[in-house]
Amino acid sequence: MKVPLVSPLSVSALGTDALLFDCPPPMSLALQERILMVADELSHQPGVEEAVPGMNNLMLVFDSTQVDSAQLQAVVNQAWLHPKQAQRAAREFELPVVYGGEYGVDLEHVAAHNGISTQEVIELHSAATYTVFFLGAHPGFAYLGGLHEKLHTPRRAQPRLKVQAGCVSIGGAQTGVQAQTLPSGWNVIGFTDRRFFDPTSASPALLSPGDVVRFRAVGALS
Amino acid sequence: MMEILSTGGLTTVQDAGRRGFRRYGVGISGPLDALAAQVGNLMVGNAPDAAFLEVVIFPLRVQFKQTTRIAVTGSDAQMEVDGQRCPPWWSVVVQPGQIVTLRAPQSGGVAYVCVAGGIDVPVVLGSRCTDLKAGFGGLDGRTLRKGDSLSLLPSRAVNSTRRFGVFPPCAGIPLPEMEAPLSDKTTLVRVLPAAQWESFSEPTREQFQTCDWQITPDSNRIGMRLSGDAQLKPEKAVELLSHGIVPGVVQIPPQGQPIVMQCDAQTAGGYPKMATVIAADMWRLAQAPIGSRLRFQCVNMQQALDANDEVQAYLARVKRAVDFLFQDV
Repeated sequence: MKVPLVSPLSVSALGTDALLFDCPPPMSLALQERILMVADELSHQPGVEEAVPGMNNLMLVFDSTQVDSAQLQAVVNQAWLHPKQAQRAAREFELPVVYGGEYGVDLEHVAAHNGISTQEVIELHSAATYTVFFLGAHPGFAYLGGLHEKLHTPRRAQPRLKVQAGCVSIGGAQTGVQAQTLPSGWNVIGFTDRRFFDPTSASPALLSPGDVVRFRAVGALS
Repeated sequence: MMEILSTGGLTTVQDAGRRGFRRYGVGISGPLDALAAQVGNLMVGNAPDAAFLEVVIFPLRVQFKQTTRIAVTGSDAQMEVDGQRCPPWWSVVVQPGQIVTLRAPQSGGVAYVCVAGGIDVPVVLGSRCTDLKAGFGGLDGRTLRKGDSLSLLPSRAVNSTRRFGVFPPCAGIPLPEMEAPLSDKTTLVRVLPAAQWESFSEPTREQFQTCDWQITPDSNRIGMRLSGDAQLKPEKAVELLSHGIVPGVVQIPPQGQPIVMQCDAQTAGGYPKMATVIAADMWRLAQAPIGSRLRFQCVNMQQALDANDEVQAYLARVKRAVDFLFQDV
């Protein structure tokens, strides 16, 4: 009997025209690399509008008048167990961050929630090496994996209606930088002045899945 | 060419939506009521990807600088051409200098102004629609304002001067079967259970379907925020990893009041998903005005697909009728 190297994906419907495939926890970079490979493969499947990687999960958007969802599930499961290798060249980015203050209003909450000082939050957050798991939420926003467990903080009970572009934030076990000024339920801990998205560019997003990101604490942005 | 003389504030250029860029985090945008927009484009002889105006806040006044066919669909917003009223879901030819006015609808919400050829704004990432959130597409990524001029693309030869209307979806698509009678100004929308459905207790799932959810003024093209007597809380706190979401997904933030994602929704989210509004009822959702109420009713996948077939059958009837009207010109 052939034993699969990974656990099977669980699946749920998002209406008639989308399916969400989930990896069992814990989240890992190895699983994410496999997700990205399956996403590449499935995006060429007839009737599939888009294969959208998430944080250790994959959403398929398709046309239910053309594609049978049960057949599509079978194709995904096959690709999951036997993914085709794809080349990914990771790049490295260092982002200067001003922690706390006007654009880091939840720094103290994150510290209090985790029973550590704000200085420890800053040190732990800026010491880690993060990997871009996927882009989503809004244009250019990168979900970063690699957040220290001591910093995991649940999303806010009520999302803020406006969070400034450049705000560095924490949502559960994830961290990222707001690429546009928008509503968000994540805890805001700092600010960086890099631009993450340009719709007129051939490759509109600064970061790509697989890229490596580090945050450097600075007193003020130049 | 057409010029915006005045607008209520939330008028944008949209098209069928920006698809294929979710992997950069770019949402689909496009119309809140895709069905009304599709019918409007059919009524002026356009391809499905032609760009049009979406009007959320009224009134709107537009002056046309060339002869063109236009159609107004969506809510029961009535257009006036130089003060002369036309019925809702109506198509006419306008002459240079004529002023078209859309007043607030008696019922329903959003309206569409489709113009033969479609509105000519630059294509950004494969679409002409406005991404208000990210600030690109449409006209400089923003809502339209007084003095804006919009060019039109050449149209398929539609020389007919006929004035005609079509049956709106509320007359042409069967009403969903109701499990309980609805009060006035309550819209029934059918949903499919989503991944965290089972995380909510049976009584909570029942409350979700029996409560009348009022649409709050915080609602916008990103999400429809609802308020009701029930607090929808999962049996255990759920903290999810972020995953793709689509318009229609009903998210339950920790305070327990649902948010229905709309066409400007973020491409990924992480709040528990209780259900998804079925594609066939997205137009009903779009036409439910702020302050009115929603009632959710669960259906199964087959019922959702059958409901879709009814919408497609309606669209096919409209297309046949319009093709017939245009065939002899």
